[in-house]
Amino acid sequence: MCSLALFPPPLPCGQTTLCESNNELLPGSNIEDRLKDSSPLSLYFPRESLKLHSRTESSSSSKAVFLDHSETLWMRSAAAWRDGGFTGLLNEITNSNSEVPKWMSVSSGCILALLRWVSSFHGSWFPHLTLSCEDMIAEFSQVLNWSDCVVRAFAWHPHTDKFAVALLDDSIKIYNPKSATTPTLKHRLQRSVAAVQWKPLCASALAVACQNCLLVWHVDPCSLSTRPSSGCAQVLSHPGHSPVTSVAWSPNGSLLVSASPMDTAMMVWDVAAESCVPLQRVGGGGVTYVSWSPDGSHVLSSTPSALFRVWETRMWTCERWPCVKGRCQSGCWSPDGSRLLFSVQEETVIYALTFTDAPGVPTSTSKGPQAAAVVADLSETTFNTTDGDIIVGGEIQSLAWDPRGERLAVLLKGDPQAAARPAVIAVFKTRTNPIFELLPCGFVQGEPGAEPRLMQFHPNFQHGALLTVCWSTGRITHVPFYFLSASVNCFGLTRSPSLPCPQERPDDFANQSLFTELIS
Amino acid sequence: MFATEQNCWFIRKVVCWRAAASIAWAVLLLPPITAVFVIFSRFSLLHPIQTISECLSLLMSASAIFSFILLCGVILMVGFLNLEYYTVIPTIACSKIALLGQLLHPRQFVSSLVHCIMGIIVAWCCAVTIGGRYETLCYPCTQSDGSPQMCLNEYHLILLLAGAFVGLSHSLLAVIYNLNYVSFHTVQQYKYLHFKGSLPLVIKCSTTQALYFIRNYIVVYFFLGYIPKAWICKTLSLHLNSSAHPLDSVAGLLDLSLLYHLWISASFLLFTWYITVLLFRIFITEGCSFPVQSSFTEDAHQCLPKVLTDKQPMILKFLALHDLALLSQHSPSRRYEVFSLSQPGGHPHNWNAISKECLSLLADLTQRLVAYHDTVATNGRAKSLSTGSERKTSSESSGTDEPNSPRPTLLMRTPASVFARSIVGGPQSPLTAPFTPDIDSPFASPALRRLTAPVQQCSPWYGTVQSPHIMRRAPKLWSTSTDSQVGGSWPPSPTSVSSPKQESSKPSLLTQFLQNRKEQVKHFLAKRVLIMYLFNKLPEASSQALFADSQAHIWALEGLSYLVQASFSEDQFGVVQTTLPSILSCMLVLQEAVDRHFKLPHASSKPVRSTSSMEDSSYKTLRFALRATLKTAIYRITTTFGDHLKAVQMSAEHRKRLQQFLEYKE
Repeated sequence: MCSLALFPPPLPCGQTTLCESNNELLPGSNIEDRLKDSSPLSLYFPRESLKLHSRTESSSSSKAVFLDHSETLWMRSAAAWRDGGFTGLLNEITNSNSEVPKWMSVSSGCILALLRWVSSFHGSWFPHLTLSCEDMIAEFSQVLNWSDCVVRAFAWHPHTDKFAVALLDDSIKIYNPKSATTPTLKHRLQRSVAAVQWKPLCASALAVACQNCLLVWHVDPCSLSTRPSSGCAQVLSHPGHSPVTSVAWSPNGSLLVSASPMDTAMMVWDVAAESCVPLQRVGGGGVTYVSWSPDGSHVLSSTPSALFRVWETRMWTCERWPCVKGRCQSGCWSPDGSRLLFSVQEETVIYALTFTDAPGVPTSTSKGPQAAAVVADLSETTFNTTDGDIIVGGEIQSLAWDPRGERLAVLLKGDPQAAARPAVIAVFKTRTNPIFELLPCGFVQGEPGAEPRLMQFHPNFQHGALLTVCWSTGRITHVPFYFLSASVNCFGLTRSPSLPCPQERPDDFANQSLFTELIS
Repeated sequence: MFATEQNCWFIRKVVCWRAAASIAWAVLLLPPITAVFVIFSRFSLLHPIQTISECLSLLMSASAIFSFILLCGVILMVGFLNLEYYTVIPTIACSKIALLGQLLHPRQFVSSLVHCIMGIIVAWCCAVTIGGRYETLCYPCTQSDGSPQMCLNEYHLILLLAGAFVGLSHSLLAVIYNLNYVSFHTVQQYKYLHFKGSLPLVIKCSTTQALYFIRNYIVVYFFLGYIPKAWICKTLSLHLNSSAHPLDSVAGLLDLSLLYHLWISASFLLFTWYITVLLFRIFITEGCSFPVQSSFTEDAHQCLPKVLTDKQPMILKFLALHDLALLSQHSPSRRYEVFSLSQPGGHPHNWNAISKECLSLLADLTQRLVAYHDTVATNGRAKSLSTGSERKTSSESSGTDEPNSPRPTLLMRTPASVFARSIVGGPQSPLTAPFTPDIDSPFASPALRRLTAPVQQCSPWYGTVQSPHIMRRAPKLWSTSTDSQVGGSWPPSPTSVSSPKQESSKPSLLTQFLQNRKEQVKHFLAKRVLIMYLFNKLPEASSQALFADSQAHIWALEGLSYLVQASFSEDQFGVVQTTLPSILSCMLVLQEAVDRHFKLPHASSKPVRSTSSMEDSSYKTLRFALRATLKTAIYRITTTFGDHLKAVQMSAEHRKRLQQFLEYKE
């Protein structure tokens, strides 16, 4: 088992991690130099440049501004029924007690109180239901401190060098180094973006998890328009399925899975037909995070309570995995889909589950593992540096595994109050053959005062792994890890035959030099 | 029809058993549903314990058992009708008149009648179960002069008639909403879980639908209720109790308890029937695994390559394609069999048969799309040979683009073509006439329309010259693929149509007169609003009809692309390599045709989704699913093979197209 005590100490203040080369993380001190010759994909979104619309006003107050109050009771009741459903109607009747008979307003008030009492009972069973929409997304998002984040979601395209960035002002920008245009996607319903993901085996489709619905944008890569119209977006919504906090495309590009903490059902969408199949199971009280294994055979879905499920995608049955302490916060799959690493809230360890059944075995009843094994201990460790003691470790916000299965990045929450306990990214080297191993690699640090919020590996980086990190300052940087894939051959034999990734073929390494190379 | 299908081993061995199992489950589910119905129908808030004990004693009684047997009979009948009427390819009516034709078809008439009778039976069972004032049709009463006689119990009658009405409405709605269409789910689930997941929807559908039916029924009964009442009284020589309230009055119908009982009975009826339909759909669409090859020759007709090529029954072909899509995705061992060579001879028979069938399916769709596009393109104006692939189809553009185009000719054809729709685009053909917002639509500009009439009346050669062309053109315009002239070899120049020199053979005076009359009648009819309403094309219906069986194409695309992808690492003998160029070109041609189709008006407009109905509207979006699947399939092949595809033989145009895919620019 690997622990943080084995890690090299963090860099002194003022130094940032540039890349990994020759098995060590290289620091760089001069930020200005670095920014000058950095790639055009390193972006910076200053908080001030974003036009934020004030969203503090509640819907009822804005309604009071716009709606004519001389409407009849019937009209108002109908509007309340349309907007707020049954409770909205009851509220309206209770509030307009001067116009309705007394018994009616009193009885509706009683029913309302009863409903509230029942829902508070329900809420005490599942405390997350009492959160507001934004708080709920912040609570269950993979992004650290989501509500304060400039970059709220980030997604690399699975096949090409382009990515989508969702910003605090609810717009999404698409960057492509090969094209001069950066389309900005805006939609009336695109609010509080919690996650974005590109559709595999497609050039244009981007799924966006929003507050009230799911949007699928079709951004023509050849189009020169910088503001695609909202007609390019498909709106997928299902009653009760909001806010959407997580989306996952199946690796073969046919299905989309979405999760909402308010809805106990996980939705499986056929996007082209705009139809969905709710997969409902008792227990959990919602679905917070979904992740599809790279070979397409399993889906991890975690719930707000101490329980997560692993679905197999052939017949859509699931295994229940109750946790001891908290809910499953994050999880990631090994590239061949045989191993799942996950972290649990209020615990400082990484667990691993191994699925031995080969994908494609007709029996879907094959039993998975019996218990999860602890593979790494990330409890708090104190490092003595020149700037004083720095405490690293604690709870895990998110996990990311590079597509070759060689590097594992772990975003540790830290403590926002204590300066000596920053949020950091710890990177492990991983090995799957002959036994699964985690080895320490190092910490990825940014400029002083910048906190990592979000990270993702590039899906097909030729020379190793490329970790993209979004910082709290609004900067997006890319940290390359140069290495020769040690297990590329044996891995090529054991991988799922149904998913030959072109970048894993040995001939791709023919043009690579014998030694690892430095950044330009 | 049923007898011929019986001959197929698949119907005999699989479909019938599946239908029987679904009916058996529906019958098994009947007792709990009935118990719930009894509790709901007799529940009184003030005496809950008493209600339950009453319900229990009622469920044990002989009358309950008799009505239960009747209900089982009804379920059996519904199940049988499901088996008889189900289809995997929906019939899509392209105009109101076609829909009307479907509704009045004798086959449908039988179905409506049977549903009506079954509705009455179920309503009778409900009446007996609810008891009280609903129980019997007649009761002894005293007339005003004191003499005893038998009176009609109107409560019983209204319930029976409600059953008949709901049964009839259900069977009519089944036609309108394609309730007998069986669609395959995108996600495979075990039958129990699938059923459990769909149950809330069925409850919601049946209760809301019952509400609408009862609302309509009350209106009908209010106005026409006296007819059946009088008729029953006359035939059974019953009397109307003058002291009781008549129910076809406002006061009589505002009885809340009566409305509740009507609604709960209708919900019960619809729920049992919907459950039967749901179970039938679940059982019939369950995946079926066909062996890829068999070691025994007598089983050869059950193997996948053979089964795929069968034309009838359609369900067999669909299940085989479904199985192909699954095996290509999930099962390496069965893929190995597909790629294997025959033992003596070493021919890849399995792969050849499968790929040939899939490619022919795709080529068929391409041909259909091209033919459809050609007819649409020639619709608004006479087709000129010089028009390239980028034809504009809207009438406005045809008017502005070609100022020399012979507008009178064009417009005079209008009434004829409107009428021709009804002749050619009959109610039964799934591929009916296309829709375009051309000038013969009643919504076209009225100016053009006004222009039409004077020309027709004052033109001296009217009727003589035009008619032969209309006669020749009608099948060409409105049929899609049968006409060999679709390629576009007739009137090379549009102006020649209107030139009087074309008049080669002079028809006799009588035929001329008849033609003249016919045209006038057609023209007269075309101006009537009702006729136009009936004959007017429903938007996007023709596009839906074109893609009605596209689920098969989707599976063919998936199956082929997954097999090609797997062949990259699994195909030991290179059997796929030989067909790779044809697969790629077939997909690219189809891609082009689909792209062109989606440029037509109404093709890319999304249908309105209905959530609270048993209607399976997935056929309305099949064209979108096909487009997405096609693109994904091509990408699957290009990402797997990458630059190796440059070694594949293909035309320059296709290579260019493929390069777009390789660069992720599609």
